[in-house]
Amino acid sequence: MALEMMNLVHGLRRRMSGYGMLGVLLLLCVLFSVLTLQEQFATGADAAGELADVMVDDGRRDHPVLIVARDSADEREFLEALDSRLNEAGFTGVRTVAGGPPEFRAACEALPVDGQPFIATLQGNLPSVRAIQGSLPHLEHATIIAPRAYRWPTFLLADNLRNIANQIAVIAIVAVGMTLVIITAGIDLSVGSLIALSAVVCAWLVQALGGQAAGPGALFVAALGAMILSGLAGLFSGAMVVRFRLPPFIATLAMMQVASGAAYIIAKGRPIYDAPEAFTTLGRGVDPMVGLPWAVWLMLVLYGVAHVVMSRTALGRYVYAVGGNPEAARLAGVRTGGVLLFVYALCGVLAGLGGVVMASQLKSGAPTYGLMYELYVIAAVVVGGTSLAGGEGRVLGTLIGAFIIAVIQNGMNLTNVESYTQKVVLGLVILGAVLLDRLRARRG
Amino acid sequence: MTVSSPNSLLRLTGVRKTFPGVIAVADADLHVTAGEVVALVGENGAGKSTLIKVIAGAHAPDRGTVELAGRDITGLSPSRVAEAGVAVIYQELSQVPGLTVRDNLFLGREPSLLKPLDRAAETRRAREVLARLGCDVDPDTPISRLDLARRQLVEIARALLSDARVLILDEPTAALTPRETERLFAVVDELREQGLGLVFISHRLDEVARLADRIAVMRDGDMLGAWNAADVDRRRLIELMVGRPLEQEFPPREVALGAPLLEVAELGGPGVAPASFAAHAGEVLGLAGLVGAGRTELMRLVFGADRPTSGSVRVDGRRVRPGSPRAGIAAGLALLTEDRKGQGLVLGLSARENFALGNLDRWSRGGWLDHAHEAGAFARHVARLGIKLSGPDQHAGELSGGNQQKLLVARWLERDARVVIVDEPTRGIDVGAKHDIYELINDLAAAGKAVVVISSELPEVLGVCDRILVMHEGRITGEISEPATASQADVMALAVAKADHGS
Repeated sequence: MALEMMNLVHGLRRRMSGYGMLGVLLLLCVLFSVLTLQEQFATGADAAGELADVMVDDGRRDHPVLIVARDSADEREFLEALDSRLNEAGFTGVRTVAGGPPEFRAACEALPVDGQPFIATLQGNLPSVRAIQGSLPHLEHATIIAPRAYRWPTFLLADNLRNIANQIAVIAIVAVGMTLVIITAGIDLSVGSLIALSAVVCAWLVQALGGQAAGPGALFVAALGAMILSGLAGLFSGAMVVRFRLPPFIATLAMMQVASGAAYIIAKGRPIYDAPEAFTTLGRGVDPMVGLPWAVWLMLVLYGVAHVVMSRTALGRYVYAVGGNPEAARLAGVRTGGVLLFVYALCGVLAGLGGVVMASQLKSGAPTYGLMYELYVIAAVVVGGTSLAGGEGRVLGTLIGAFIIAVIQNGMNLTNVESYTQKVVLGLVILGAVLLDRLRARRG
Repeated sequence: MTVSSPNSLLRLTGVRKTFPGVIAVADADLHVTAGEVVALVGENGAGKSTLIKVIAGAHAPDRGTVELAGRDITGLSPSRVAEAGVAVIYQELSQVPGLTVRDNLFLGREPSLLKPLDRAAETRRAREVLARLGCDVDPDTPISRLDLARRQLVEIARALLSDARVLILDEPTAALTPRETERLFAVVDELREQGLGLVFISHRLDEVARLADRIAVMRDGDMLGAWNAADVDRRRLIELMVGRPLEQEFPPREVALGAPLLEVAELGGPGVAPASFAAHAGEVLGLAGLVGAGRTELMRLVFGADRPTSGSVRVDGRRVRPGSPRAGIAAGLALLTEDRKGQGLVLGLSARENFALGNLDRWSRGGWLDHAHEAGAFARHVARLGIKLSGPDQHAGELSGGNQQKLLVARWLERDARVVIVDEPTRGIDVGAKHDIYELINDLAAAGKAVVVISSELPEVLGVCDRILVMHEGRITGEISEPATASQADVMALAVAKADHGS
């Protein structure tokens, strides 16, 4: 009985161990949530909703209303949303003003003298609005309302979480390919350079296919071309590993230099900016439902597909087998060379995709992109629980690893840690996370 | 039980060691006196290795004590235990291949990190201790140039240098030739004379009988006791180890030869002179010879693991594309390598996944795994072959040698291989499980397959095979067509003599 229990616990622990880093990620989230807990005020449409509810409940629909907002996208959103809500609710005297304190003052002066008006604005504008009220006697009975303060971690604001996902998208996308390469007991040091090469080639192709006037078809062709080129570079590294038995470290170290140099040559050392607005859709555009950037959706879909491939297809099984024992796999009839070529080519393609996403995010392609990214990508894979010795690892673990890195960076930005210090901390956390995993594995 | 002797050199009392889910050693007692060889026998997983590691300090026991000449050394670190005078020679030797014999002997024993080494003195001491073992190795030879037997002697010499009083040898003969084994035994005899206490672990019961004064038997973590070697015969020992009365060591079989299934013509390659032979449906063909005679190399050429330089292989009359395991497998060939962990199994994958590895291309539709089919087929074979697992997801590396071998047989059975090549089928496999493997070989032959058995164990070749080819220095030197009436000497004569080339 006791033995059975021990076996059960043992098995459970083993099953969970692949995702042990999830705990670390959650812990980091809790930590940064606590550290960034502070006064928050609703903004945008949320703020409009909050104020509209208050005013509708109050019921004085015939009183004049002035909506005061600065001339920024976020505050305009607030202004427009509140304006339309109030009009819907039957308020008759709604006016709006968007601008700075001088415009606010002019608008306030124009309010009717005896109307006991409402002045609705955002928390940030309260001081100037109060000052204006104090200097205008006819606003003595005016009611100033703004969204109420509440305590909430800045880290957990939806915008910040989206930001984290967006920040990590490129690294996480490239890390899918890297995970497979590392599971075969290999490594690909060229991904950072391939990101740069792909971004440059993509931007260069966009330029060549019409620049600002390039249509969607041209953009697609440019992205595809960049990814194919990166894929060929990966395939070449793989061929060196398979055909000439070069250590992957060396083969891809050489490719890292070649690709980086090629990026500089093609870009003539300068960024290429000539792209239409639509070029940024992939990197900056968001879906209308959740508001996640398309690049993040792409990343999530890739992880889903990779997880299914690795756990449900013969190909995935072969990748593990080749990494665990190449000779045993070969003698069992596995095309080990083919498997290796595939993973290196895939890693190249995904590095290329990462480059395209980056070019889209930054609306340009430059040979300086992706610098040191290979190290972040490898860190994400290793923190995610994949062994550099090969044969084991999980794709979804890598996603967790990527998020751990992103959360640490983001959290330190929010807590105003200096950027040099950030590097030190990030390095130590990567070390600590992997050590923790190793210790757990040893005990299990 | 034995009468405990008052002048014990090494004494274990009530040693118990558990791991998550396993009681590896349960309350074991053992004592070794000076000038005595105690053999420790038992099947794989009986707890011998764990017990040795407890003595060596690699594992701390849950309870119980280890004493050396009356001093409690329980729970000391391995280096402290070594200092105290217990040396363990493991199967995997812990040597630095690039260093010389002398440097390996003194590694970690240098007086100071920075002080220049006194090479002359070290060389002199190395010569002395090697001479004590009758080992004619120059201390300046790099370790990597020595054969395994000599490397082992160097390891023993290292133990003597540290004034070891107890020497534990963990399956020292597993990879030695008969002559090397004899030489090692002479060394062990000599050390016994010199008053060391020796513990000798082996699966080979004839060696145990030859060498041991007393024999300690373990089974399933229990120390059954220790017997004077003269009081227990081989049969009794096997029954003790297996825990049940023993059937015949080699199961009898009916031979029904069919048409030639495997035809090899002038097949040659690195280390193998062009060889021709055939194996028939229903036949168990033996391939005997000394280690290094080219048996494994020849059969790897047949299977396609290596690329031949000449000749052809036909299965069922159809020519097989050379040098491709895939082509070999597609033609119906299967190779079970001697090194199951190194070349047969992917240890990080589960038993089920290893089983599936050679069959995925046939099961999966468009590359999708059919988990249900896979699990069903695996369960069938597990039941049929009696593979012992904690579950289908158990890692292949955790299985015993016999179960690993069965797992690989299951893979090729599922593949419906016509010609099954088994290299050293029972190496590292328990006495009890050996019988299962022999029966499995019989079943394969009875099912109309051709089975080729490479083995260095002469009784095994003679007991299992219908016909034996003997190799020497890369060529087939002769054939024994009636093993039932042949003797080990007949095989050895062909294996060592440069007989006429024939096949």
